Amino acid sequence: MLSKRIIPCLDVKNGQVVKGVKFKGHEVVGDILELAQLYSEAGADELVFYEISASVEKRLLDVNWVSNIAKHIDIPFCVAGGIKSVADAAKVLEQGADKISINSPAIARPQLIKELHDEFGKQCVVVGIDSFYDETTGDYLVYQLTGDPNASSRTRYKTQQWVQMVQDLGAGEIVLNCMNQDGVRNGYDNAQLSLIRRMCDIPLIASGGAGTMHDFADVFKQSEVDGALAASVFHKNIIDIGQLKTFLNEQQVAVRQCN
Amino acid sequence: MIAIINTGCANINSVRFAFERLGVTPEVITDPAQLNHFERAILPGVGHAKVAMERLKQGGWQQAIAEYERPLMGICLGMQLLCDHTDEGDISCLGMIPGNVELLDVGKLTSPHMGWNNLAGIKPHALTKGLDETQQVYFVHSFAHKVNNATLVQGEYGSQFSAIVAKDNYAGMQFHPERSAKVGARLLQNFIDWQLP
Repeated sequence: MLSKRIIPCLDVKNGQVVKGVKFKGHEVVGDILELAQLYSEAGADELVFYEISASVEKRLLDVNWVSNIAKHIDIPFCVAGGIKSVADAAKVLEQGADKISINSPAIARPQLIKELHDEFGKQCVVVGIDSFYDETTGDYLVYQLTGDPNASSRTRYKTQQWVQMVQDLGAGEIVLNCMNQDGVRNGYDNAQLSLIRRMCDIPLIASGGAGTMHDFADVFKQSEVDGALAASVFHKNIIDIGQLKTFLNEQQVAVRQCN
Repeated sequence: MIAIINTGCANINSVRFAFERLGVTPEVITDPAQLNHFERAILPGVGHAKVAMERLKQGGWQQAIAEYERPLMGICLGMQLLCDHTDEGDISCLGMIPGNVELLDVGKLTSPHMGWNNLAGIKPHALTKGLDETQQVYFVHSFAHKVNNATLVQGEYGSQFSAIVAKDNYAGMQFHPERSAKVGARLLQNFIDWQLP
């Protein structure tokens, strides 16, 4: 049976892994390769690296660390940060990344999704979506350039509308980051994720809000997502990946057991 | 020495690094005349079958691979190209492994089949040593080889398909051993250790 994926997310800035709360106030948590090795050996199913300053600074991420990860890591990994063209994506994939993820550049030019699909195949193309719940209107809104609080802004899209568009353009997977939950460890936004799940035919990855092992069980059972992404609970040693897998297995969630 | 056949696909490095982690330094080759200098060879592949098969033909690889008498293993699309025919682009392939590649019938599940999944029906073979049905490997594909006599190990996602195939000195893995953690490393080691009778 296909396993639900546990995906530690490593936000990269100036060659190191950082973590902020609600996308603000970044603090350094460690070395890229050290953390990547730690998580893959602990049983992570996949890793995601976001070079958070790349899009904001209007440049491609630094591909040097990508090849270093590919040399040492034996699980799939996805890389994001300032990928704006087929040529940019080729540079990252040539270094050994399995997938590339795009966010703000896709909002600026949605056709990029189709171009990447046509060149590298659907399985390589992940679209990250930063979605903000507006309590006053009850709308889910897409934000961009969230790597920098000064550059972060609302886009013209509602989340449902953008999810439909990226699927139609050929995305192979969606990472839905629920901004209201990010870094606060109060649980995933199952209301939003369930809503998006029903309209999403491609793999959907939940992001934002993981605080306890129960949050993971809930998101797999209630929202039927394919994977759950988390950062601070792993960076701060709040949750051990091996114990999480054992717990999920007891909860009848299909996960890969590592020995 | 292991050769990695480079037909211009992007995942050469992942496979090369995986062997390097096992202490073996493969050589990436672009000329079919080099193939016979190697003890074993890997045919990787990502992308569309039609494009990849064209590249093999244009590069003169068809005959070199057919005449090669030592272990040669295809990975993912590379495995599919070793079979008789694929429905992806409706093309004849290299014909080293009997059977056809068809669109995987996933039923109500999402396609492509992407992620970690189990293996089943493991037959004894040098390539399957140490493998058991509790272990998982990493798959990314939407087409698959139909189970037949060449099937060593099966996978299941909506329907059954070949996860590992072998015929004489040719073999293939539908999943990515280079991205399948310790299980994948063991399988690549099995390939390094595979001695033909």
